[in-house]
Amino acid sequence: MLRDITIGQYYQAKSKIHSLDPRVKLFGTIAFMAALFIADNVLGYVIAAIFLMTAIKMSNVPIRYILKGIKTIIILILFSVTFSVLFTDGLVILDLGFINITLEGIIKGIKLTARLIMLIMGTSLLTYTTTPTDIADGMEKAFAPLNKLRFPVHEIAMMISIAFRFIPILIEETDKIMKAQMARGADFESGRLFQRAKAMVPLIVPLVISSIKRALDLATAMEARCYRGGAGRTKMKPLKYKRRDAIAYLSLFTLVLVAIGSNFMWHIIWM
Amino acid sequence: MSIIKISKLLHKFIDKDEEGNVVDEKIALNEVDLGVEEGQFIAILGHNGSGKSTLAKHINAILMPTDGTVMVADMDTTDEENLWDIRQNAGMVFQNPDNQIIATVVEEDVGFGPENLGVPTSQIWERVNKALTAVDMNEYRKHSPAKLSGGQKQRVAIAGVVAMCPKCIILDEPTAMLDPTGRKEVIETIKELNKKDGVTIILVTHYMNEVIDADRVFVMDRGNVAMSGTPVEIFSQVDELKQLGLDVPQVTQTAYYIEKLGVELPVGIVRVDELVQELEKICCDDICKKTDVSPDSMRCESVYTEMIEGISADMDVENISIETKDIDSSIDGEETENSVGNLEKNANKIIRVEHIEYIYQPGTSYEKKAVDDVSLDIYEGELLGIIGHTGSGKSTLIQHLNGLIKPTSGKVYFQDEDIYDGNHSMADLRKNVGLVFQYPEYQLFENTVLEDVCFGPLNLGCTKEEAIDRAKLAMKMVGVKESMYERSPFELSGGEKRRVAIAGVLAMEPKVLILDEPTAGLDPKGRDEILGMLKELQKTRDITVVLVSHSMEDMAKYADRIIVMNHAKLMYEGTPQTVFRKYKELEKMGLAAPQVTYIIEKLKQSGIDISGEALSSKEAARLIVEAI
Repeated sequence: MLRDITIGQYYQAKSKIHSLDPRVKLFGTIAFMAALFIADNVLGYVIAAIFLMTAIKMSNVPIRYILKGIKTIIILILFSVTFSVLFTDGLVILDLGFINITLEGIIKGIKLTARLIMLIMGTSLLTYTTTPTDIADGMEKAFAPLNKLRFPVHEIAMMISIAFRFIPILIEETDKIMKAQMARGADFESGRLFQRAKAMVPLIVPLVISSIKRALDLATAMEARCYRGGAGRTKMKPLKYKRRDAIAYLSLFTLVLVAIGSNFMWHIIWM
Repeated sequence: MSIIKISKLLHKFIDKDEEGNVVDEKIALNEVDLGVEEGQFIAILGHNGSGKSTLAKHINAILMPTDGTVMVADMDTTDEENLWDIRQNAGMVFQNPDNQIIATVVEEDVGFGPENLGVPTSQIWERVNKALTAVDMNEYRKHSPAKLSGGQKQRVAIAGVVAMCPKCIILDEPTAMLDPTGRKEVIETIKELNKKDGVTIILVTHYMNEVIDADRVFVMDRGNVAMSGTPVEIFSQVDELKQLGLDVPQVTQTAYYIEKLGVELPVGIVRVDELVQELEKICCDDICKKTDVSPDSMRCESVYTEMIEGISADMDVENISIETKDIDSSIDGEETENSVGNLEKNANKIIRVEHIEYIYQPGTSYEKKAVDDVSLDIYEGELLGIIGHTGSGKSTLIQHLNGLIKPTSGKVYFQDEDIYDGNHSMADLRKNVGLVFQYPEYQLFENTVLEDVCFGPLNLGCTKEEAIDRAKLAMKMVGVKESMYERSPFELSGGEKRRVAIAGVLAMEPKVLILDEPTAGLDPKGRDEILGMLKELQKTRDITVVLVSHSMEDMAKYADRIIVMNHAKLMYEGTPQTVFRKYKELEKMGLAAPQVTYIIEKLKQSGIDISGEALSSKEAARLIVEAI
């Protein structure tokens, strides 16, 4: 079922992570990603994993929710792992004639898997603990300086937050139209690629049309509620850094430092 | 003080081609005059396309007059400078609850308006708290709108307007997409706002029951105000309303028929209790008279009989035969049970459902049993009604019948074949069991109406010619005119689109046609046409019809048998009479019996001897007149 998709869904709970400033969480996710890519060694991964687990624990989001996100990219993981296992030069441990499996390949594969999984878990944690509006707000404020370059920060933030609002609605609608066309004998599952693509027309056309209608309705509703762009707007929940945000920034900074440090440490240990 | 003054308002929708030449001109509003006083509760009625929504949009300055003036709180809507003040003073709530909620958290959405107005943060919170309390949604303030019911979403939308501190709220068919519970929630909220906070309310609707408490009612027709007055004044003109494509509450209708049968009642009865009281009075008088002189009352009775016959002649022949049959069979309960028994013996079971259970999203925190141990037989040629509150499992149940959903456990048989035994072809099943979803017009996608209706038959492997033949036949059955065949389905009106969508399923020539609320969002005329057409299909084409509906009145009128779903379980099954007899239990499930059931029950309780039960206002009127 399409409704099972949980990426981009907020998990309502009270926790220290939930109440962090969205800017911290945004920059934090970026910093975490950076740390994952800087650290090219087991020690770094272990540290990143401990950091992630602590954050998840603090967020009160059940771990199975966060793991669910991995399911959706499992194919991507398998694909890239197979690729790196098969096409990395190095110490051959299994000779299949036309292709070799190397020790380096396996290590690379494991690293890659660990990276991807942690990456997904990290971003899932962001979306589970931050409402889309907060994410948009955070982005608006964090990138506000770009406004001076005539970059429409407010508009983009508004678009993102509306997009998030309509994801569940559109998913439900897709499900419904799909079933309605199946009831009229449509077949979305069999056939070759071209036929399958063609079979999507009865699904895509109604979806696009209803989305346009929704967009028009929403625009009217927003205007009726006096929306006229970002100028002159006040905020119900203005963003203000608090003590815990400073602590969070500090620990993130430490993480990045440790990640960089771990590379040197690792070399020293192995040298 | 007058808050809205509309004079000689003219609105034209003008279509221009690329060069700016006028291609098409449609007058949506013509010389409309309308005044609203502060604190009033105004209702605007009218069938779809009568111009009532266009009128509403003028008050919020979303549309500008082609000619004439609209004044809101002494501000002219054509003056650009007033725009935001007008929109703040005259807030607007729209029909589709999903398409007007902007934020992903309830309280943030309510705050959206004040944010736009530049209200300081601390005051926004105050306003949001107040607004959420006013619509009784405080406990949901941290929720995501996606998880709320339709009625709750609409209340959030109202709160969003209330938070802007408007003098006046315009609601454009706010209940059209809601179930009866949601409708009640919204209407009660509106009335509360009007009474407690003195907010002027302008309610645009086509549900008559919602306007009986209005101070003033305007009826729109073809861009004009056709009638205006108090609800009592409006509802006393039953014939005129019918001509305008509207109907009146069932009580008013019943009172109207009783009057036609020669019993005098005061005009404009709009509530069940009113009618019951009036009838009680008449009964008391009658008893007094009867004890006085008997020859007189004898004469009276013969007049009654004449009157009844006179009325009967007016009714169409079909209706009478149905009614007399129903009345006869419902004189005592046992006979009704017998007639069901006969049905079981005579008709074949076309679909059998045995102990099915369906669990949504098993293993997640959203896990929910949507259908719980339901067994059901559907007989060939019947019109089966399914009722139940939103989320009771009715939509999930019907999707099992043509294999769109596989039951977690249990079996579904079509013509005695298990549809999941592996040999049964799904294509065949879907050909034989047609399913029309709610708002089926959303599934239209082809360039022309004809091509769209051909989609089903072509999927079944028909040749192009066959498909066209079938499509044309199907469209004839639902009343889609030949002139529409080559038009784009997206140009049609709501009611027309729905017919085309139903034709799209009918063209597959199903033996069973299942429809999920086929009349949702239609006006009374459109509703009657669709339901009449379905009954016709059942009678003349021998198609078994399964109808999911919220409207008890419609069920009483059209269904042969009804099943009631409640919390995923099948609660009751039987003829409309037997099911509506349990009206107290139905109420506990958030449902209700038709108004006539209440009239008859209340009269019985007050000691008036009425034999039998009524399903329509005509029947009720006859039973009542016979009894008094």
